[in-house]
Amino acid sequence: MNVALFYALTGAGIFTLGLHGVIIYRHLLRKIMAINIMGSGVFLVLAGLARRVPAGPPDPVPHAMVITGIVVAVAATALALVLLLRLLDVSGSVVLPDNEEE
Amino acid sequence: MTLILLPLAGAMLAFLFPRAGGRLGLLTAFSVLFSAIALAAVVIGDGVQLHLLGGWPAPLGITLRTDGLSMVMLLVAAVVGLGISLYAAVWFRQEPLNGERFWPLWLLLWSALNALFLSADLFNLYVTLELLGLSAVGLAAVAGGAAAYAAAMRYLLVSLLGSLLYLLGVALIYHACGSVDITLVAERLSPSAASRAALALMVSGLLLKTALFPLHFWLPAAHANAGAPVSAALSGLVVKATFYLLLRLWLELFDTFAPQLETLLGLLGAAAVLWGSLQALRQSRLKLLIAYSTVAQIGYLFMAFPLAAAAGLQAWYGALYLVMSHALAKSAMFLAAGNLRRHAGHDRIAELDLVAQRLPLSVSAFALAGMTIMGLPPSGGFIAKWWLLQAALVQGMWGWALVLVVGGLLSAAYLFKVVGFAFTRARGTHEACPVPLSMEWIALLLAIGSVLLGLLVLPPMALLGVGDPFGLALEAGQ
Repeated sequence: MNVALFYALTGAGIFTLGLHGVIIYRHLLRKIMAINIMGSGVFLVLAGLARRVPAGPPDPVPHAMVITGIVVAVAATALALVLLLRLLDVSGSVVLPDNEEE
Repeated sequence: MTLILLPLAGAMLAFLFPRAGGRLGLLTAFSVLFSAIALAAVVIGDGVQLHLLGGWPAPLGITLRTDGLSMVMLLVAAVVGLGISLYAAVWFRQEPLNGERFWPLWLLLWSALNALFLSADLFNLYVTLELLGLSAVGLAAVAGGAAAYAAAMRYLLVSLLGSLLYLLGVALIYHACGSVDITLVAERLSPSAASRAALALMVSGLLLKTALFPLHFWLPAAHANAGAPVSAALSGLVVKATFYLLLRLWLELFDTFAPQLETLLGLLGAAAVLWGSLQALRQSRLKLLIAYSTVAQIGYLFMAFPLAAAAGLQAWYGALYLVMSHALAKSAMFLAAGNLRRHAGHDRIAELDLVAQRLPLSVSAFALAGMTIMGLPPSGGFIAKWWLLQAALVQGMWGWALVLVVGGLLSAAYLFKVVGFAFTRARGTHEACPVPLSMEWIALLLAIGSVLLGLLVLPPMALLGVGDPFGLALEAGQ
C-alpha cells in the first residue's frame, strides 16, 4: 500500500464517519459539523490522490479544487449556522421537527 | 457567457441597491430572455457552441458548451424565470422587506441555473450545484417562520450532502482520467472499480438533490412553506436542473456502465409516481398537494431510464418534453396557488370558497396546468407521457406502461379534487384580499404555455436535436 492509497482510504473513512454523523445525530450543530467532516474527507481524497505520474511531483489541479471546496464549505457552513440561529430564535429548538403533515 | 454574467450582475446590483430590486430584477429577466433567444438562434444556425473561459483550452481550462439539450433547458429557465420575476415584482409589493431579500437570491439562482446548463466541466458543475443549492435554500428561508426555517435547514443539509457525494465522485473520476472536462473524460473513462464507485456516488448525490423516492423527504416541506414565486422556482427549475445534470452525466459518461442501475432508477421512479400521487391525494393543504405532485412527476422522468435502453430516442424525448412542460405547468400551479392563498389567507383545499367565481383566471391556470400533470391532450404533458408510454409498449414492458397509466389516473384524482372544491362554498367565511390581475394573468400565461408545448411540438424537438446529445450516447453504446 503506497502513501496515496493510504490517504485516499483515510479520506473515505472520514467521509463515512461524517455521513454517519449527519444521519444519526439530531442536534443540528452536530449535523453541520458532520457535514464539515465529510467535506474534509473528500478534500483528503482529492489531495491524497493528486499525482499525475505515480512517483512524480504532486498535481496542483486537485489542490485548486480543494481550495475551492473549502471556500464553498465555509460559505455553506455560514449559511447553515445563520439558519440554525434563526430556527432557535423562532422555535426555541435546535432539532429539526419530525415531518408532520397538517 | 452573458447568460451567466447578466443575472450575476443583476444579483449584485440588487444586493447593493435593495429598493431597486424589483426593477433590476425585471430588467435582468428581460435581458436574459433576449440573450437566450439570441443564443438559440445561433445554435440552430451554427450548431454546438463552445466557449473557452479565459481562452484556456481543455484540459486545463473550463469549457462552456451549448448543444440542443442545454439550449432547451436555458430557454425553459428563461421563460419560466421571466414569469416568476414578473409575478414576484407584484407579489412582494405587500412584503417589501422579503422582496429586498428575494431579488439578489433569485438572480443568483438564475445565474447558477444558466451556469449549470452551460458548463461542460465536472468541477465547474460542482460549483454551480453548490451555488444553486445555497441560493435555493436562502430563497426557501425568505418566507420566515419556524416551518420555513426548519424546511430550509433540512433542504440545506440534504443539498450539502448531495454536493459532497457528487464531489467525491468527481475526485475519483479525476484520479481515473486525469481531467474533469466532460469530453475528455468521456474519451478516457472505462468501467472499473473507481469509475463505478464514482458513478454510484454521483448518482446518489444527484438523486438526493432531485428528490427521487425515497430521497424525497425534504421536498414537500421546503416547496410548500416557501413564498409562491419561490415555490415555483424550486419546483419548476431547481429540481429540473439536477435532473438535467444526471441525464447529461449518464448520456456522456456512464451510459453503458451499469444496466441494472437503469432498472433501479426506473423502479424508484415508478415508486415515486405511485407514492407521490397517493400522498398528494391525502393532503389538505394545496401547496403540499402540489409539492407531492412534483415528487410524482419527477418519478416519471426517471422511468425513462429503463425505457431508453432499447427504445432509445423516444423515451429520452418524452422525458425532456416532460421536463419542459412540467417546468411551465408546475410554476403556473404554484403561482395560481399563491393567488388563492393571497386571496383567502390560507391554502386549505376544503375551504376554497367558491374561488372559481372569485378568481376564475387562477383556477383556469390551475386546471390548464393540471392537464399537463394528468397527461391530458393536447398539453405538453400528454405528448411527453404518450412518448414514454409508446416506448414502453413497443418493447412490451407492460409493467412500466401500467405504472404510467395508473399514475395518470391518480393525478387526475387529486387534481379533480382541488378543482371540485373550487366550486363549493366553504363552511366558514373569511375576509377576502384582492389579488392583482397581473398575478393571475402570469399564472394563466405560463399554464397556456404548457398547453402550447403540446400543440407546437416540432420546433422544440428540432432544437433538442442540435449537437446530437442523445445520438452520441447511441453511437458510443454501439
